[in-house]
Amino acid sequence: MSVHPLRLSRFNITSLVLGLAFLYLPIVILVIYSFNASRLVTVWGGWSTRWYTEFFNDRAMLDAAWMSLRVGVVSATLATVLGTLAAIALTRGAGFRGRTLMSGMLYAPLVMPEVITGLSLLLLFVALDAGRGLVTVTIAHTTLTMCFVTVVVQSRLAGIDRSLEEAAMDLGRDPLRAFMAVTLPLIWPAIAAGWMLAFTLSLDDLVIASFTTGPGSATLPIRIYSEVRLGVKPEINAICTLIVGFIAVVIVLASLVSKLSSARGESAAPL
Amino acid sequence: MTNLTATVADPAASDAPVIAYPTPLLRINGVTKVFGAHSAVNDLSLDIKAGEFFALLGPSGCGKTTLLRMLAGFEAPDTGKIELNGEDIAAVLPHQRPVNMMFQNYALFPHLNVRDNIGFGLKSAGLTRLGIDTRVAEMVALVKLQGLEKRRPDQLSGGQKQRVALARALARHPQLLLLDEPLAALDKKLREETQVELMALQRQLGTTFVIVTHDQEEAMTMADRIGVMNSGRLQQVATPRQLYEAPASRWVAEFVGDVNIVEGGITHRDSHRLTIAGRDVGTLFAIEPRQPVGDAVICVAIRPEKIRLSRRGPATDLVNSGAMNSLEGVISDVGYLGGRSLYKVKLDRGATLRVALANTARLDVDAYSIGERVAAWFAPDDCVVLVQ
Repeated sequence: MSVHPLRLSRFNITSLVLGLAFLYLPIVILVIYSFNASRLVTVWGGWSTRWYTEFFNDRAMLDAAWMSLRVGVVSATLATVLGTLAAIALTRGAGFRGRTLMSGMLYAPLVMPEVITGLSLLLLFVALDAGRGLVTVTIAHTTLTMCFVTVVVQSRLAGIDRSLEEAAMDLGRDPLRAFMAVTLPLIWPAIAAGWMLAFTLSLDDLVIASFTTGPGSATLPIRIYSEVRLGVKPEINAICTLIVGFIAVVIVLASLVSKLSSARGESAAPL
Repeated sequence: MTNLTATVADPAASDAPVIAYPTPLLRINGVTKVFGAHSAVNDLSLDIKAGEFFALLGPSGCGKTTLLRMLAGFEAPDTGKIELNGEDIAAVLPHQRPVNMMFQNYALFPHLNVRDNIGFGLKSAGLTRLGIDTRVAEMVALVKLQGLEKRRPDQLSGGQKQRVALARALARHPQLLLLDEPLAALDKKLREETQVELMALQRQLGTTFVIVTHDQEEAMTMADRIGVMNSGRLQQVATPRQLYEAPASRWVAEFVGDVNIVEGGITHRDSHRLTIAGRDVGTLFAIEPRQPVGDAVICVAIRPEKIRLSRRGPATDLVNSGAMNSLEGVISDVGYLGGRSLYKVKLDRGATLRVALANTARLDVDAYSIGERVAAWFAPDDCVVLVQ
């Protein structure tokens, strides 16, 4: 096959514009309307940042955002630790009994409908008589996001030559120190990417959080959802714009991290 | 470990002469390693002397790499003993052995530069920063990598990577250096240069080298002794010359170099002279090997370059007295290889002999061409008689 320089025909340009519009027009409208001065969501009343001010004065909304942030950081960190350990077990312990079963079970949450995960966690917490709130949501989000971390870290680990660790041992490091000195620095970008992935997943999860949270500890998506049911206030647009911006920053950071590591001659993390 | 630190810290120690141990440096005794139903190494015994350059040669899958990995400590033998300086090292973990390995793909740490790669093992040994710097500078000079200390492995050529790997493995003053196909990734010209450098380095340092290779030329060029392995067993341990001129078995004769094998039976025995009826060849005269062969079916191995060709055979009385073997035939194929030519001679009795002749003259008007009748002749001394 010969490689032609990319030539944009009229058809190509049209489909590109339509495709991008399909993906991003709703978000663009959301961002524009977040600067709407009018109290009515659908009527344009000129530019203003009053809804941002409104949000920063909305105690309940800020509490929900703070809650989401705490849940996100803690659950992403837990999921990263557990998910990385699982990835190491799956790649390095090629011979252990029940490996296939374990990898199957690890990846189940990836394809499981969130409603089912949420409901089963709710039943578990009720059975354990655990007071629902910050802790239960955090546990639930760890369960949800761990497998994503495992996928990311495992694919990175699989690309690392086993003989690197052997060389480290040959040069006088015990297995743990060999792992720390050689493998960990090499899978670090994947671990960081996994953490960011877990964090964003936790931040925007509504379904599982609404099953596992309790009164007084609503996460931001839950709070927004309940507000919207009473009619969309322009303030919601402002919050959503902030979230979109925040996630965009995280994604850019994640791809920068993996770019940086590939520039150092390592294969890029899958992101 | 403490003793290693002491040696490394003393720069004068690098030039210390090799200590001659009363026992061999390495003694492998009845070692077997089984993977599933396949025994990779089978009841193998071998002694390696201090300061020796030893090559393990064999086709892929013969168990040579498994043996090397057992010496490094990455695999444990199922039975048998591996002794280093008379001490069993079976229970000693890789990071505690005074043995270093150069990996086949070099296994350089991609996130560390040349300096940190070479200094990696010194850092494990707990050397001070100054000690590490001194030793790294020494190693960099030894393998001629000056100016590349700050480069990362992916900014190095294949030959440079190979040098870094070598320097890294030698930095800790190992008693034994294991090299797993160290030159396999280099192109032919670079490989030949590196072979010479590696030999010079080994002589200079006096470190015992054990190299694993499937390339017989490499083993022949570099090693003091070669152990030929097949299906987990040592077929022969000998100097390169012995291996080539006096192979211990038909398998070794065929594996090392090019050879003509003639099967046959002994018809007459006269002091040390054997008269052999060769299949599709006719009568051959050979010298009884040092290990006497019985009356069983034997085979005769003749190296192609030991055979001479001429348009007329040697004097008849030479042939009749058994002082020379002479076989008549027709040239069936000519292969020009530059320095020498390979001829195939289809003998009148049916067999085909491969003959290698040096192209000693640039303009050879007398070269043999296909279809020409020739006599192929060789001395009884050049026949190696082997038990089938």
